[in-house]
This record gives sequence, C-alpha cells and structure tokens, in this order.
Amino acid sequence: MKTFRSLGAAMLALLTSLAAHADITIGISLPLTGPASGLGIPMKNQFALFPQSIAGEKLNLIILDDATDPSKGASNAKRFVTEDKVDLIGGSAATPVAIAMADIAAEAGTVQLMFSPAQLPPGKDTWSFRLPQSNAVMAYAMVEHMKKQGVKTVGFLGYTDAYGEGWLKDFSATAEKSGIKVVGVERFARADTSVTAQALKLTSANPDAILIVASGSGAAMPHKAVVERGYKGKIYQTHAAASRDLVRVGGKDVEGAFVVSGPAVIAEQLPDTHPSKQVATDFVVKYEKAYGPGSRNQFAGHAYDTLVVLEKAIPVALKKARPGTKEFRAALRDAFETMGRTVLSHGVINWTKDDHWGFTNETGVILKVVNGDWKVE
Amino acid sequence: MDFSIAGILALDGITNGAIYALLALATVLVFAVTRVIFIPQGEFVAYGALTLAMLQQGLVPGTVWLLLALALLAALAEAVGELRRGVTVGKVAGAALRSLVAPALIALLAWWAAPLKPPLVLQALLTLALVAPLGPLIYRLAYARLADASVLVLLIVSVGVHFALTGLALVFFGAEGFRNPVFWDARFQHGAVSLTGQALIIFGVSIALMIALFLFFGHTLRGKALRATAVNRLGARLMGISATGAGRLSFGLAAFIGALSGLLIGATTTMFYDSGFLIGLKGFVAAIFGGLASYPAAALGAVFVGLLESVGSFWASAFKEVIVFTLILPVLLWRSFQHGHHDDEE
Repeated sequence: MKTFRSLGAAMLALLTSLAAHADITIGISLPLTGPASGLGIPMKNQFALFPQSIAGEKLNLIILDDATDPSKGASNAKRFVTEDKVDLIGGSAATPVAIAMADIAAEAGTVQLMFSPAQLPPGKDTWSFRLPQSNAVMAYAMVEHMKKQGVKTVGFLGYTDAYGEGWLKDFSATAEKSGIKVVGVERFARADTSVTAQALKLTSANPDAILIVASGSGAAMPHKAVVERGYKGKIYQTHAAASRDLVRVGGKDVEGAFVVSGPAVIAEQLPDTHPSKQVATDFVVKYEKAYGPGSRNQFAGHAYDTLVVLEKAIPVALKKARPGTKEFRAALRDAFETMGRTVLSHGVINWTKDDHWGFTNETGVILKVVNGDWKVE
Repeated sequence: MDFSIAGILALDGITNGAIYALLALATVLVFAVTRVIFIPQGEFVAYGALTLAMLQQGLVPGTVWLLLALALLAALAEAVGELRRGVTVGKVAGAALRSLVAPALIALLAWWAAPLKPPLVLQALLTLALVAPLGPLIYRLAYARLADASVLVLLIVSVGVHFALTGLALVFFGAEGFRNPVFWDARFQHGAVSLTGQALIIFGVSIALMIALFLFFGHTLRGKALRATAVNRLGARLMGISATGAGRLSFGLAAFIGALSGLLIGATTTMFYDSGFLIGLKGFVAAIFGGLASYPAAALGAVFVGLLESVGSFWASAFKEVIVFTLILPVLLWRSFQHGHHDDEE
C-alpha cells in the first residue's frame, strides 16, 4: 500500500513537472490568514480573475497561504523555486514576509514581485520589484499640495514604528527642498490610550500644517486629539490612512483633512488628465462586477497591476528564452528593468536597473474629506 | 511648560491613571486570592469596548459565541470530573444543564436585543453581562485544576490565555479599531483646561468602584472569605471556604472590572483587538507599586503611572513607554530592599 501510494505521488509529481515546463508558472504567496489577511484575500480574488494565458502561453498560477508568518513565507518561496520551478514569485502583501522571501528569490535567480513597500538593504533587491508606491513618491505629492496651500511649517505626529520613521525621513527630505520646515516631531503608538500630550506640544508650536502618520482607524485618534486642542491649521494624512475607517472612527473631526492616496481606489473621481484614469477605471469596473459594488481595494489593485506588468514583460522575455529555464527568468528581469514607462492602476511605474521602486512623481493624488467622503483636490 | 499646559497634562494623566487604577486593583485581587499573575486582564478591556462597538452597529458580538462555548466546555469538564467521582449520570446531567441556563439566557438576550439597537446604557449593561461571566469560566477551564501549581506555572498559563484571547478577539472584532460614543457629552471649560463629561464619569465610576470593593471586602461574608483565602489558602479551606469558589469570584470581579474599564476608555480612544494588553500591563506596573498586595498603594501607583505617561509623552514622546516601563526597576529594587527576600512558595 505504502509503495503504491509513493508511486502514485511520484507519477503525479512527474506529471505536474511536465506541465510546469510547458507553461509559464507563477508562484504566489499571500497572507490569507493571520493579521494581514485583510490584504491577502482581496488579492486572491483579483488573481482568480486572471486570464488563462499570456502572449499565447498557458498561465499556471499557484497560490499558497503564508499566514502572515515570515518563516511560512520563506518555506513557500523555497517550494516555488525547488519543486514548482516557477518563472516568477509573487508576494507577499505583508512586509516582513516579503523581506523573508526576497533572499530565496535572489538565491534562485527568480524575479519576485513584492506587494508591499518593503525596504531591502542596498544590493539585496536585484531580483525584487515592488508594486506599491514608496513613501517618497507619496510625500512628493503631499509637499506639492502644501506648496500650493502656502504651508511653510509642518508638525509631525507619527507612529513609533518603521512606517512612521520611513515617512519622517522621506517627508523631511522632500519638504526641505521646497523650503518647508518640520518644526516639531512627536511620536505615538497605535495602542496608546491618549495622545493629548503630544497634540498639546505640537499645537503650541502652531505650525501651518500637521502631518499625521498612522494607518486605518489608528489615524483617527491623533487627528481627534489635535482638533480637540483647538488646532485650526491644515491636517494631512498618509496613504495608509486612506480607507473608510478613518472617516468611520474620526466622524466630523476629520472633515476637511487632506489624505494622500494612490489613484486606483478613486478611479471615477480622477481628473481626465491623470495618466492612470483609464487603467484604474478598468480595474474598478471589472473587480466590482465580480465581487459587488464598493468591494474595490488597494491590494486588489496591486494584483491587477501584476497582470499589467506581466503582459508587457512576458512577450519581451519569450523572444529570448523558453519558460521554465534559467535564461527565461533572467530575461524576465531584464524585461522589467527595460520596459520603460508603464501605466498601472496605482500610478505610473518606470523600473530601471538601479530603481526597483519605480513609481514616478505623477502618481500620488490628494483627497479631501468632504461630508464624510473623498473628494479629489 | 506653563500652568495651563501642566493642568491639561495632569488632567489627561489622572484620567488614564483612573483606568489603570481599576485594572491594578483587579490584578492585585486576582493575585492575592489565586496567586495568578493575570496578564489577560487587559483583554477584558478590549472585549468590553469592542463588544459595545459591535452592539452599537446592531451586530451580535462574537463574545456571545465565546461565552456559550466556554460555558459548554466548563460544564463538560465539570461533568466528567463528577462522573469519575461516581456521581450518577442523571445528577451530573442535571447539574451541567443548570450551569448552562444563565449563559444561554444572556446569549439569547444579546442575540435578540442586538439588532434592535437599544439605548447606550442598556447596551453597556448587556456588554457587562456578556464579558463578566467569561472570568469565572476562564478560571474553571485554565486555572482551577492547577490551583496548587507554582506561581511560574500559573504565569505561563496566563501567557497562553492572553494569546488565545487576543487571537479570538481578532476573529470576533476584526483588525480595525472602534471608538464608542461618549456616555455624557458635556464639556466644562476652566481657562485652557477643559474637563469632559466622559472624564468625570471615569473619575466617578473609579471612585465608586473602589468604595464598593472596600465595602465588599470589609462588610460581606463573601468578601471576607476572599480576604481569608488571600491571607492563607489552607487556613481558609480548613474553615470551610472553597478555594475554587474564591478563585471564580475573584476572576468574575476581575472580568467585570476589566469590561467596565473598557466601556469607560472606549469612548476616549480608538480600541483595537490587541489594545488591551498594553493598558493591562500599565495596570500591572501600578500593581507592582503595591507589591501585588496593597490596594491603596496600587491605586496611587496607577495615578502616578498615568501622570508620568502624560508628562513623558509631552517631553519625549518617542520614549514614553520606555519611561513608564523602566519605572518598574527602581520600584522593584526599593521593594526588595525594604522587605528583604521572601519566598512566595510554601
């Protein structure tokens, strides 16, 4: 019985490996359970809408759950490169998991498309490309808007974690170039019961604007605290706060706030001049047709953008090599680095050999909270 | 830092300190009676605040199912124990069913009332009725069989219970945070300092609860039984006081106090499924002030932690937690010098 079963398994493995060599195989690791499952599940929904083939080659998607666990993500990535012999790795949507997978992708010489803005040490991201926008691109859009509003001084109130630190660095650098001064830096944690003291110190410096760096519903508490202290200046929020939860928890206190966002989730409201208008609308219409009105989501947009870059890069790579080979994987990386300006639902990307972030400064959009809804500025 | 800033900071600190004081009292109570360092104390805060948030939306909170599941498990565990001891099946089944009546009634009430969106006060009462019984059930399932184990073993169990409750909270309430409406939407301005109605309610409830606990321990039979168990478990048992009963009662009180704190604090900050841990930990730091034994010292310690936290946030917000939790070191040092080394194990 035992030998029979292992024989069957061997035959099955042989069959699948045969199939894998004929098609383009993509291994995707997503957090379908665990703390980041809210990001992974809509992505899986979007991957389910993928076409059967790209550039005439059959597409073979393998989606595994990494449970928001870096070690599970790493073992998924190992499986992809050793057993499935994939041509490309996707994932993960959670930053720590994506970082854990990057090493394995680089060792195997397989392109990794990251669905999170993961910072890698210099020289470590030769095989990793990011699909979400970097903070710097978002900070650029924000600073441009501040300039138009005549803001000269900014107070910073952000998370004590990597997100807050990243924003502080990127924002300060961009703002300084435009002559905007950061006059106060205060920190808080998501689980804090009160930010009254920080708000008090910032508002007593009386900057023209206050930038709050926090995510989702966590961005509402500091916002309310600043408003409660009678602050009358402008309040800015980052793209991690650009969700319904900010308005749900913040209520009338977040009215008039400026929030920077990627273009995908507000497709209809984009001005016709925005390069992503058409692609973003296509994503939203198709996704909501399948999953119901209002179901759109930033991360489903990243999955959609995966298809956009693949459809552009795969035909180029196919000219050089056959899928399933080492040469094809290298050709795919070269194709990503040389394909030039590409319009995604999340903005405009331009990957080069030295820049695997790639979003251009035309990406970010500033929204204003008006009557509990978004309005593009 | 002028007078008005100091006033605002002090008010903010004392408001949070009042919540920490409640949790510190619960921590001291549980430790004194059962020797359990109750890390999941903060989880009841999150459960209280988020259960109310679910009721606010007209949804049936996941706590209902947790209550039913725990009650069922506890009844089963009890029944198996009784059967082994040779009690007849009929009697065991009867007792098990009787123990399930109250949780089932509460669950039914919540299930029926949730979509009707009753007034805030009724929702708050319903929340207390849902969360407070979790305490004795958790004691029955996780701690009762280990009542005589060492403090370390009980602490490890506490860590496990903490992780289980946090994980379940994520399942029940989701990853996003909620903010509840205030119970009293008033505001009293005095110069730059403004006192909100919610802060007044927090002070009032905290003081009322402390007085109630004082009366309970000093003037009721059950309270005196708890104190007796705290002083000497074996002696109390020889006098006919059930250690398990005392444990259940103290856990029930702890869960009640936790849920109440959650209701109070849920209106002044955004609560997440995992927010409770840090709040509970600060209550624990305050309890250390009282050497996990003295209620007044723990309450004073809590107010001090609250003040320190608010002043710390003002001067060096990035190091706020460092300041609060570093505080525990000199306090421990001072306490161990003052009292010398003593074993808490017999």
